[in-house]
Amino acid sequence: MTTLALVRPRTDWLGIVFAALLTIAIVGPLLVVGTWAFTEVWRYPNVIPQQFGFRFWGQTLGRPDVWNALMLSLQLTTVVTLLSAAICLPAAYAFARMSFPGRNILFFSFLAGHAFPKFGLLVAIAAIFLQLDLIGTFWGVVLIQLVGTLMFMIWIPVAAFQAVDRRMEEAARDVGASPLRVFWSITLPQAGPTIAAAVLLSFVGTFYETEGAWLIGAPGIRTMPVLMISYINNQMVIQFGAVLSVVLWVPSFIALMFARRVIGGGAFARGFGG
Amino acid sequence: MSVLHIVEVTKTFPGGTNAVDSFSLDVADGELVCLLGPSGSGKSTLLRMVGGFEQPTGGRITIDGEDVTHLPPERRPTGMVFQSHALWTHMNVFKNLAFGLKLRHMPANLIKEKVEAVLELVGLAGYGDRMTTQLSGGQQQRVALARSLVLEPKILLLDEPFASLDQHLRERLREEVRDIQQRLKITTLFVTHGQDEALSMADRIVVMANGKTEQIDRPDVVYRNPQTPFVAGFIGTMNLIEGEVQGGHFVRADFTVPLPIADGPATLAIRPESLDLAASDKPGASVHRVTDYGTHGLVDLDLADGTRLKSMVAHPDLFRAGQGIELLPRAVAAYRNNQQIYRSSP
Repeated sequence: MTTLALVRPRTDWLGIVFAALLTIAIVGPLLVVGTWAFTEVWRYPNVIPQQFGFRFWGQTLGRPDVWNALMLSLQLTTVVTLLSAAICLPAAYAFARMSFPGRNILFFSFLAGHAFPKFGLLVAIAAIFLQLDLIGTFWGVVLIQLVGTLMFMIWIPVAAFQAVDRRMEEAARDVGASPLRVFWSITLPQAGPTIAAAVLLSFVGTFYETEGAWLIGAPGIRTMPVLMISYINNQMVIQFGAVLSVVLWVPSFIALMFARRVIGGGAFARGFGG
Repeated sequence: MSVLHIVEVTKTFPGGTNAVDSFSLDVADGELVCLLGPSGSGKSTLLRMVGGFEQPTGGRITIDGEDVTHLPPERRPTGMVFQSHALWTHMNVFKNLAFGLKLRHMPANLIKEKVEAVLELVGLAGYGDRMTTQLSGGQQQRVALARSLVLEPKILLLDEPFASLDQHLRERLREEVRDIQQRLKITTLFVTHGQDEALSMADRIVVMANGKTEQIDRPDVVYRNPQTPFVAGFIGTMNLIEGEVQGGHFVRADFTVPLPIADGPATLAIRPESLDLAASDKPGASVHRVTDYGTHGLVDLDLADGTRLKSMVAHPDLFRAGQGIELLPRAVAAYRNNQQIYRSSP
């Protein structure tokens, strides 16, 4: 017992340094943006703003285009996520459990979209959409954002379905469940947390997607992030962008907290084959 | 009260190998039959065909005269216990057991009654609220057994159910399962690669190799009178000696035994407990190593050409490594062309 008492946990200085650097890299920019959002006067060379206040919050949130963009973003993201789940989850199950000709090539093609420089691909798609009169329309943006979710919504659920023990499904068949019942009562609940993680990732990813939304949606469709970029590009007032950033940060923070509680970190790891 | 008939069932996997090759077996009402064989012998594939998880490429399977060969698992009166127990980890013990009953639209109070009764049967009364992941390996396997039993299947199928448990637990569980099986008089097909399990539990043993039956017999008969060299070598310890028969004697190196069969190659089989030893000055066999197990001893010995044999002796202290030895077999069997052609009366 005495030897046990003598063993003191060594301080891992290297680990602490890395953790600190990582924290600065992640939290630093957030802090700066956060500070700007509550700043009224901040002139060089001061390290701390001269005057804090909520003036720009009132100005930003008072603009009708901000609220329109927020509602549009939420609508778009919900539609895209639901559509993506409806299309991708059955496809993921097929990829995980069935063998059909061209399975591997099809499966890999979902990754291929992400292997090209995204902007070049978008321009090519925009050219096609122009012919189809989809430019500047809600469904045009839905389509382009749908493509962006495919990878998460196929690859992670495939891993989730593959991780479900086949013997569990067989045991359910054995006690009298039809294949459909097995899927609802056994496969889906087993894969559920990981699939929820995938749905969440694509919801958040779609909400913040800008390139596609801008290229296909402009000028009729302005999502929240597109609006934010235009503020940052066109207005010399930094605070408009900063306030919107903070506003946009809230839903994703809530979503991640919710995910952590409901899903647990393990589900994300499993989704990536961990 | 159910009988199982397996008639010339064949399973050919894509690629042409016969996992099960024209296999036939009748299991009587209330009988426990063990399918025993090394991995790759086709025993699990056969069991999975009875359960409906694999489709035979030929032959028929009937239960109480009803042809179930092409029925899906959910429509077969069979209950399977898997090696990995395959409990549903997102449900508690009660829900695991109630799932099949719910599918049969049984009223809730009757479900509760039946689940509690079966938990009692497997010695887990009061465990209904536990999550399956909170149970020990032995408890999980008991729940898996209960999950099958609660549906009162006509045929119980056990696929190496104790393979993932430690030795001590395995021995206890196999006694329990045997007790439950006899109390319920449920017709059971049991797959194992452990001969202890088969010898201690089975009414009859089917020894399988390469998808075919080597022998079907009571456990004591399989042990005492193996019909093929494979069975002789697979069940228990056996000295199998390849040699020649010349003029009524089996010959291998300096070792000869009278063997009244026609001249030609033969395999001689002697159990270690049927091979007596005597000290000898003559050149020939010699002691390689002596192991004292307390209750008995085991002597490893070499023939002149290096063939290693084992003999079980009552007094291992009489033998020393390097010592010359004379072999005195009391009971032998001989095999030729994969069949028993001679057996000395014991």
